[in-house]
Amino acid sequence: MSRAGRWLRAGLPQLAVLILALIANGLIAPNFFTLTVQDGRLFGGLVDVVNRGAPTALLGLGMALVIATRGIDLSVGAVMAIAGAVAAVAVNDGLAWPLALALALGAGLACGLWNGVLIAVLGIQPIVATLILMVAGRGVAQLITAGRIVTFDEPHLLWLGGGSVLGLPVAAVVALTALAVFLVATRRTALGLFIEAVGVNPRASRLAGIDTRGVLLCVYAASGLLAATAGVIAAADIRAADANNAGLWLELDAILAVVIGGGLLYGGRFSLSLALIGALALQTIKTGILRAGFPPEFNLIVMAAVVAGVLCLQSPAFAELVRRMRLRRSGAGS
Amino acid sequence: MNRIWRHAAVAALGLSLAACGRAGTDRATTVGFAQIGSESGWRAAETKLAISAAQARGITLKVADGQQRQENQIKAIRSFIAQGVGAIFLAPVVSTGWDDVLAEAKAAKIPVVLLDRQITTQDPSLFLTAVAADNVHEGQVAGEWLVGKVGAKPCRVVELQGTVGSTLVADRKKGFDQAIAKTPDIKIVRTQSGEFTRAKGKEVMEGFIKAENAAGICAVYAHNDDMMIGAIQAMKAAGLKPGTEILTVSIDGVPDIFKAMADGEANATVELAPDMAARGFDVLAAYQKDGKAPPKFVQTPSKLYLPDTAAAEYARRKDLY
Amino acid sequence: MTAGAPLLLLEARGVGKTYPGVRALDGVDLCVRAGEIHALLGENGAGKSTLIGVLTGVIAKDGGQVLVDGVEIHPRNPAEARAAGLSAVYQEANLLPNLTVAENLYLGRQPTRFGLIRRRTMNDAARALLAGYGLDIDVTRTLDSYSTAVRQVVAIARAVDLSAKVLILDEPTASLDAEETAMLFTVVRGLAARGLAVIFVTHFLDQVFALCDRLTVLRNGRQVGERTVADLAPLDLVALMLGKPLTASHLIRKRATTPGGVVARFTGLGRKRLVAPFDLELRQGEIVGAAGLLGSGRTETALLMFGAERADSGQVEVDGKTVKLRGPRDAIALGFGLLPEDRKADGVVGALSVRDNIVLALQARAGWTKPLPRRKQDELAARYIALLDIRTPDADKPIEQLSGGNQQKALLARWLATEPRLLILDEPTRGVDVGAHAEIVRLIEALCEQGLALYVISSELEEVAAYADRVLVMRERRAVGLVEGEAISPGALMAAIAGTAGEVAA
Repeated sequence: MSRAGRWLRAGLPQLAVLILALIANGLIAPNFFTLTVQDGRLFGGLVDVVNRGAPTALLGLGMALVIATRGIDLSVGAVMAIAGAVAAVAVNDGLAWPLALALALGAGLACGLWNGVLIAVLGIQPIVATLILMVAGRGVAQLITAGRIVTFDEPHLLWLGGGSVLGLPVAAVVALTALAVFLVATRRTALGLFIEAVGVNPRASRLAGIDTRGVLLCVYAASGLLAATAGVIAAADIRAADANNAGLWLELDAILAVVIGGGLLYGGRFSLSLALIGALALQTIKTGILRAGFPPEFNLIVMAAVVAGVLCLQSPAFAELVRRMRLRRSGAGS
Repeated sequence: MNRIWRHAAVAALGLSLAACGRAGTDRATTVGFAQIGSESGWRAAETKLAISAAQARGITLKVADGQQRQENQIKAIRSFIAQGVGAIFLAPVVSTGWDDVLAEAKAAKIPVVLLDRQITTQDPSLFLTAVAADNVHEGQVAGEWLVGKVGAKPCRVVELQGTVGSTLVADRKKGFDQAIAKTPDIKIVRTQSGEFTRAKGKEVMEGFIKAENAAGICAVYAHNDDMMIGAIQAMKAAGLKPGTEILTVSIDGVPDIFKAMADGEANATVELAPDMAARGFDVLAAYQKDGKAPPKFVQTPSKLYLPDTAAAEYARRKDLY
Repeated sequence: MTAGAPLLLLEARGVGKTYPGVRALDGVDLCVRAGEIHALLGENGAGKSTLIGVLTGVIAKDGGQVLVDGVEIHPRNPAEARAAGLSAVYQEANLLPNLTVAENLYLGRQPTRFGLIRRRTMNDAARALLAGYGLDIDVTRTLDSYSTAVRQVVAIARAVDLSAKVLILDEPTASLDAEETAMLFTVVRGLAARGLAVIFVTHFLDQVFALCDRLTVLRNGRQVGERTVADLAPLDLVALMLGKPLTASHLIRKRATTPGGVVARFTGLGRKRLVAPFDLELRQGEIVGAAGLLGSGRTETALLMFGAERADSGQVEVDGKTVKLRGPRDAIALGFGLLPEDRKADGVVGALSVRDNIVLALQARAGWTKPLPRRKQDELAARYIALLDIRTPDADKPIEQLSGGNQQKALLARWLATEPRLLILDEPTRGVDVGAHAEIVRLIEALCEQGLALYVISSELEEVAAYADRVLVMRERRAVGLVEGEAISPGALMAAIAGTAGEVAA
């Protein structure tokens, strides 16, 4: 089987979920697939999904790497808030936009390294180590913004949230670029192999000479950097840093995106592109629910039911059921 | 979780303010203010205005930041009682559980004025009065403005609710519904929660625009300004002209909505006045002068602001919040 | 003991226990007489723990019968076993260190009046009870203020007082010093004199000869012998435990090469609580074996030599230069490789492919920035799959789906791919089938002929004797001897392990 063919087969359930979710959206709003050009950029339901899903997709990429090492990063939502706050306050204080952007991304990287040190060097369990920053990080962000919503109007930064490249929303382009960069970083180097080896069997990996600490530091740093990117985009989208709400609970969406993308929470084989598809599927479902016109108090219940259904469809038990039914049918036919 | 940390961020401020109080102060001119925290720009403005109003009246104001926790606020009230302040202002973080500490204040003959929020108690004598806005009325003011603006023409309204389940949301919705009930051609065609945030307001509005085919929307009503600011961005991105093609009305009066109005992108906001403390001081002064108890509820005005004054209002507010 | 028919207090006949895929106990007999101290012996995994579990009601047997005092019993938990007269005292005495000695003795059955504990009555009883064991201590102090030996005696006293007829002592001397051991022996002899049957489980063979009357040996879930200690030579006992008859032919390897220069020299390498400092030289084209029972410290020597455990004493020289081993990465950079003892936990990266597993160490040494081209990986995998005859449909197969022998060969390939100078192999033939076993032995010899230095730890004494040039003998976490050249034979190694032959200074 060709490599693309293998990928397609491995990702079939995830693609199916995404396509089903898109079809459902089409049924809810018949103009969902309509694309028009508005002020030189594409406009339509699909664009909304891609735009809104970009932060989750970025977090999902980092989360996929972290989960592959048998870890978890609960701090990404808080890191988003920190990065957005840093960027907004920095440009408002008169810093040039590239500097502000670098500061924001640097803050995310520092957060990631902090997590990495706690986990790889001090040996703290990932869920506990990143919980520290999840809780404290939002406080840090609020310190930076002094508790208010910091509006900014630096055009370059705003372009990250609302601009377009060849008609495509910048947020989507950034997410795709990040996917490409991390695909190269993990699959064109040996990093991907090391990450998977550490996730599957850290002891054996260490004895085989892999720098397990370095690998863990790397993935948490990457997760922090991606979260910061998502944070800047989310802030640019609403033209303000909202420390109270930016990225709130998005760490859970990111984990869900990885799970919908077929990732295993106990580490090992990972697929960045499927995590991205998982994030898009999740956002498509969310968009559908928001637009279906349910009373708002039912949103969460519907969401939970849909996600539970999706995960059931992807479960090995369901695959086995399908296989048996197919066997029975072919048996009856012969 | 963020609630706790949100306040850690401002704890230092609160402590330093609380520490400003000196022992043995003149009880007639000293007021203790047990503030909730500084979780939003509005809350920060309320604290700032309280301090400046006190200064203008020659009153020493001691502010204690409760960091969103009732036990901190109770501790602050006990400390105010021990210091023998002339009166206590309380912005209660929750509505129940105040009876014991307020009884202590009553025993010490210190009047308590509730600011911004009400409490639930069997004994109304525990506090002098509550200075607060009427949330149903806020919704009514917003709705009446829209009725006045649209007149008898049909108008399809989309509504951005706050976080599902709060009484604030129920009240602001109820008031608006009452105001437009008499004009059957003005009706809410879609309602969805924007969770009081800009990001969600924008996302929900994007959906409304797609679902209602843009041209079908006549007005947007948002339960707070932040969601409206997000919605305005969504409308602009869709090539619509908020403020002209689509009418907007929201509640709170935060600086950015005045900026949007000044730019012609928003139509109206109903202010939730942050100068609650000033009114509290006035009520208190009147009570101390003639000893006549004020009514148990002093409603702050829910003033409607329109684009004509927006630029000036923005200039006045942008450093306050 | 009188002649005739000594009373059998415990009689276990044909006890069986099967776990999925493992026959843990296969028709095991264990008969212990009243007034007897009976040793239960066997290597780790021989089935001792399972048998004790069955006797004390922790594990349900699926065959055979257990009789106490002639009555068949079916204990479903330790309490029922105790009621039937069977008690066990474990290594980590199952007591509560934060309670007093008296409370520990009477926990759950304190003398009470009107529902209140009669503390004084309890303390007096405790004192009297312990006096019977020659122990005069303050019973109102907490248990953790006393030594392990005292705790053991308290545990024994409690068990016996709970009407034990048969007392099982599981490794009671593991953490005792010589004096404490002697004290415990006195207590145990006293119990036997009172007519109890004592089952004594231990790794220390000298203690068996010092204390026990008879013994039963288990191997691979089977009872392989019941002997009277007085009639048994230590050497025969080791042979019985390892399952190698002493008549084994003395296979002396025909040397194809003479050892070359020293690759690595370890001087005084050791780590507290792990293994006492030892010296060892490894030369090109030479196989050094390591022999010893499980738990003798032989695996720990390998871990220290590979840097997987940090040594706290000694030094390492490679090519005459002193080097630092801060971790496996340092060792690999020096050209070392380690095939670990626990293949599943420390060796294979289960969910990854055979190819990934083979290239892993080489790739790790190259660093993440220098990925081996896919073509090179495929080549390496194909070469070693062919060379070592690894049975796998293709290199993409997850290694966890291969048989044990093929996994082991893939792991060997992982190290061969790094072209090492020194290979440390810990039980390279354990758990592999007969065919793979022979192939691995041949490979070890071939590698040696190619000039590698090899350090091979093995329980297969015959095998070690066949290919090793020198054999390091380990006992009780220290190197107790080095058997060299013509002196190497399975018998000589067994003698060295048992500690009966004239020991050569390490």
